Amino acid sequence: MHRFANPARFMRLSERLMPWCTAGAVGFLAVGFYLALFVAPPDYQQGEAVRIMFVHVPAAWMASFAYLFMAVASAVALIWRHPLADLAAQAAAPLGAGFTLICLVTGSLWGQPMWGTWWVWDARLTSVLVLFFLYLGYIALVHAFDDPTRGARAGAVLALVGAVNLPIIKFSVDWWNTLHQPASVFRIGGPTIDRAMLVPLLVMAVGFTLYFAALLMLRIRTAILESRLRAARLGEVEIGAETVAGPAQ
Amino acid sequence: MMDFLAMGGYARFVWPAYGVAVLVLALMAIVSFRSWRHRQRLWSEISTTRRR
Repeated sequence: MHRFANPARFMRLSERLMPWCTAGAVGFLAVGFYLALFVAPPDYQQGEAVRIMFVHVPAAWMASFAYLFMAVASAVALIWRHPLADLAAQAAAPLGAGFTLICLVTGSLWGQPMWGTWWVWDARLTSVLVLFFLYLGYIALVHAFDDPTRGARAGAVLALVGAVNLPIIKFSVDWWNTLHQPASVFRIGGPTIDRAMLVPLLVMAVGFTLYFAALLMLRIRTAILESRLRAARLGEVEIGAETVAGPAQ
Repeated sequence: MMDFLAMGGYARFVWPAYGVAVLVLALMAIVSFRSWRHRQRLWSEISTTRRR
């Protein structure tokens, strides 16, 4: 694993992978939006309002997935002190916050016509709101220190502690009586959602995932370049050298 | 066409939802890309001054 976490190697690898991820994301999202708006049937109860699902659900999945990524990267950073792991966690945070925001706003716009309310303090909605604040808190904390290493350390601890929220989000609809419906795709016994809606949903989900992957790589590349710039300003490295200094220890 | 835009009477919920999703997704890409391009410009400036 350490082989892949070498910054110079990551720069080479990501340069090759990023165009594919970007093209895949654009392709899947284009097809996904087309299927969601034109091909998927209206729901027999919800009518056309069900189309909100095709942006709401993938955004919700990515909101949790980005946090999971951030928590794992933070654990790697704390345990092995790997210079890339902190950069990866910090690169994922604003993306995760963006997905969570989409999830919350589209959920609210779906809740009003279906439940008759924009917002309720039920377990699912509240735990996702907490997730949003965890992202914001993480971003604020990382930048609250003059020394980037200390900021990264504090942020990593927060990201790990906050990971307890992930199973709460996932199982909130089973543990408590919620207005939010229980899982209908990732459940024991298979999806209960009809194929005509499941296919567009999964296409959108793949599109969202590739979009996240492409932007994540771009953001990690930016962070590596930033650390090279910092090192160059300090005159610590020769320009053009393959080796790169990580964040100062 | 008008039928499609009306979304069965749910237009005022469906279109803002799609609008917000596209807007936030686009902003994520724009901010990330501009930050990358900015760093890249700084890097090439440093590289050229060092070479002299």
